Amino acid sequence: MQFFLEVLIGGLLAGVMYSLVALGFVLIYKASGVFNFAQGAMVFFAALTFVGLQEKFGLPFGVTLALSLAAMVVLGVLTERIVLRPLVNQPQITLFMATIGLTFFIEGLAQLIWGTEVRRLDLGIQDEPIEALMERFNILVSRFDVAAALVAGVLVAVLAVFFNKTRIGRALRAVADDHQAAMAVGIPLKQIWAIVWSVAGFVALVAGLLWGARNGVQFALTFVALKALPVLILGGFESILGAIVGGLIIGASEKLAEVYLGPMIGGGIEGWFAYIMALLFLLVRPEGLFGEKHIDRV
Amino acid sequence: MLYREAGQFRTSYEADQQIFPIRQDRIAFALLMAVAVVGVPLFASDYWLTAILIPFLVFALASLGLNILTGYAGQLSLGTAAFMAVGAFAAYNFQLRVPGIPILVSFLLGGASAALVGVAFGLPSLRIKGFYLAVATLAAQFFVPWLLVKVGWFSNYSASGVITAQKIEILGFVFDSPVRRYLLVLAIVALLALAAKNLVRSRIGRAWMAVRDMDVAAEVIGIRIMRTKLIAFAVSSFYCGVAGALYAFAYLGSVEPDAFNLDLSFRILFMVIIGGVGSILGSFLGAAFITLLPILLEVLLHGGAGLLGLNLSPGTPSMMQLVVFGGLIIFFLIVEPHGLARLWQIAKEKLRLWPFPY
Amino acid sequence: MSEPASHEHNPGRRIGGTLLSVDNISLAFGGVKALTDISFDVLEHEIRAIIGPNGAGKSSMLNCINGVYTPQQGRIRFDGQEFQRMDPHKAASMGIARTFQNIALFKGMSVLDNIMTGRMLKMRTNLFLQALYVGPNRREELEHRRHVEHIIDFLQIESVRKTPVGRLPYGVQKRVELGRALAAEPRLLLLDEPMAGMNIEEKQDMCRFVLDVNDEFGTTIVLIEHDMGVVMDISDRVVVLDYGKKIGDGTPGEVRANKAVIDAYLGVAH
Repeated sequence: MQFFLEVLIGGLLAGVMYSLVALGFVLIYKASGVFNFAQGAMVFFAALTFVGLQEKFGLPFGVTLALSLAAMVVLGVLTERIVLRPLVNQPQITLFMATIGLTFFIEGLAQLIWGTEVRRLDLGIQDEPIEALMERFNILVSRFDVAAALVAGVLVAVLAVFFNKTRIGRALRAVADDHQAAMAVGIPLKQIWAIVWSVAGFVALVAGLLWGARNGVQFALTFVALKALPVLILGGFESILGAIVGGLIIGASEKLAEVYLGPMIGGGIEGWFAYIMALLFLLVRPEGLFGEKHIDRV
Repeated sequence: MLYREAGQFRTSYEADQQIFPIRQDRIAFALLMAVAVVGVPLFASDYWLTAILIPFLVFALASLGLNILTGYAGQLSLGTAAFMAVGAFAAYNFQLRVPGIPILVSFLLGGASAALVGVAFGLPSLRIKGFYLAVATLAAQFFVPWLLVKVGWFSNYSASGVITAQKIEILGFVFDSPVRRYLLVLAIVALLALAAKNLVRSRIGRAWMAVRDMDVAAEVIGIRIMRTKLIAFAVSSFYCGVAGALYAFAYLGSVEPDAFNLDLSFRILFMVIIGGVGSILGSFLGAAFITLLPILLEVLLHGGAGLLGLNLSPGTPSMMQLVVFGGLIIFFLIVEPHGLARLWQIAKEKLRLWPFPY
Repeated sequence: MSEPASHEHNPGRRIGGTLLSVDNISLAFGGVKALTDISFDVLEHEIRAIIGPNGAGKSSMLNCINGVYTPQQGRIRFDGQEFQRMDPHKAASMGIARTFQNIALFKGMSVLDNIMTGRMLKMRTNLFLQALYVGPNRREELEHRRHVEHIIDFLQIESVRKTPVGRLPYGVQKRVELGRALAAEPRLLLLDEPMAGMNIEEKQDMCRFVLDVNDEFGTTIVLIEHDMGVVMDISDRVVVLDYGKKIGDGTPGEVRANKAVIDAYLGVAH
């Protein structure tokens, strides 16, 4: 029983990490209808920039953070202006393929600038078991994972408030629904998009820092980001809550499958389990748990 | 002036339906084939054959497959490499376990096996579209290589799933030298390309494009959407499967499941996008472009670095590749979404007028 | 277009028995009632118009007839057979063809290819013969091409037959869509606002095509149209819908005099 709980909690916490990446997707999709395949690459870019800046200039944490955030904002704004605006009227598939190209571009660029070695990222939180839990319940839970979950929780709460309660959040939702109508009411489209991509960049930075601290900053990070896709399918592309719930479900079931089903089939399930789950889910409920159904008018 | 069509009247529908209705095109194609069949074997070096031409042809075949699925039928797929893997491993197993089976039959059966797997992973397309389908094909992309490694039977219980392709022998004639392998691959690819061209200009091709452009209207005309999509998956995966078999047998010699990874799927998708979606010619143009580009980049980089006296770190060329590929994709999607094939068409139209400006 | 009763220009055209009848059709989307208890019939060889203000449910009615929507209640009887569920493929194979309000052409294909898709159900060769092309497939392609070329002649669009339809002007696209429907040699042709967005000349051309199709091939036509002049001139009988309910049914003259119809169009509160 204890072991099951350990695996479950471990999975849930891993899921939190997926959720963070998925959050970035959802933000951009909610506000611009673009499915940003390059979100994973942006997480990688953010982490690498942070670590690179730290190495090169040795500035205090806060300053490096601010600089990295600035870099992400610049990246986001440039992406919106150079890649997305020219393609604004194209079918979604075209935009999606453009973000695939963008993925490669950002991945290459990041490594051209900062080099290809794996780097360690130290956030000051150790990946050690929490003694209190260890002693009381005999369960192994990493302090780092809990801290990550807390950060994610705060971030989600902030974003939820931002979207639902503030004027800018309302404007973002309006833009996502109908560009023309939003313009007609006087919402400054270009500014809104710049804000969206900056926020997504910020989320990518947070995700990048947490992931990088856990697994080291390396190219494999981008593959992890791909796992966000099943998360979105489960949770729905437009829902922040869906990103969280989807991430938790994917994280937990992946770990449980690996531990309990894995030995029967030879292990390595984690590579594809999430996708097969998403596939099955798509057949049953294509819009996800919290997504909106789309009806085509003929 | 050279390219004028004046005076070439097509007086029957038959003449109009030809693949190359314009005489100059026919001559150009005949010349191209002459060069490919006679000129290349005579003059090309082994390096060119094994490192450039054979992989170009193999990737062109895979691009053809993906183009049929994504370009003509409009079903986005990120799992191309997985279907290639099925083709390669199936062909290997048929060749290994069925005594006396002709190698071409093994290739065909490899393609057929890939077609079956393609249909299986294509079933979700009946309910989902666009990038949702792309995620579903990702499931294939991650699952198939895992399965090929885990189930030792597929690789005859070798470590890490490596298979060494058997030699290609047809009617006593062994295809081991680069020239022979090249000619064999050329023949197979040419035949399959012709078949593809015939399919897309026949009823099924129109059905695919109808489903791609507006599936509600297609249904109203009487097109069976499910059948049309599944046939697209089957044919496309067949082509990818044969390409995978050729990849293993005629190009690399030995191959492991991990070689058929997501990176390869993306590469072929890039060939289709840059070459031109929905174009047979585009598949070839895109394959040529993506095959030659890394070499070109290497030459430029090393030459440029030498000129400037820079010391390049070992990772730089492949990173440059990523940047250039990604940038080119974006560039083509913005500037000419129909890719090189469309640029080629535009060039021909300009050629009609040359040397006059209009 | 202002000549009275010009649909009687061909007195030889016989109007036959009931080809299509819709009985008590009700259709709702979520909470929105698109159609409520609609019943009417369509006689063979006639031209039947469906009219009504915007949002009355006219397109939804056509969508029910050829199976794009499935009504919650009611039945459709076509050619003697009764259906509770119609699907588009069945409708197409029984000889029902249609055009759409917002042009549902295949933008990536040429005019010729678009109209050739209309011949889809009449083509038989299997996949392998298609891959081979020479032989049975080529013969079939040529045979159907001849038929399609007749339609292209009829609609006077020879000059654009190889052009991708996405590049053509709106009026020409509408004609191509009609051609695609005609290619199937349908018994019943459903036209959803075939003259929307056209100028006078284009409308006259389209009217002529519709009448010619009805004359030469005896095709029964159900047409949704807003232009009252067109409706009054070319249709034999008219159905009037408003807010998903039927408020009129009869000859153009009868319907024109119907108070409920006049009220609906003038927007009298009801």
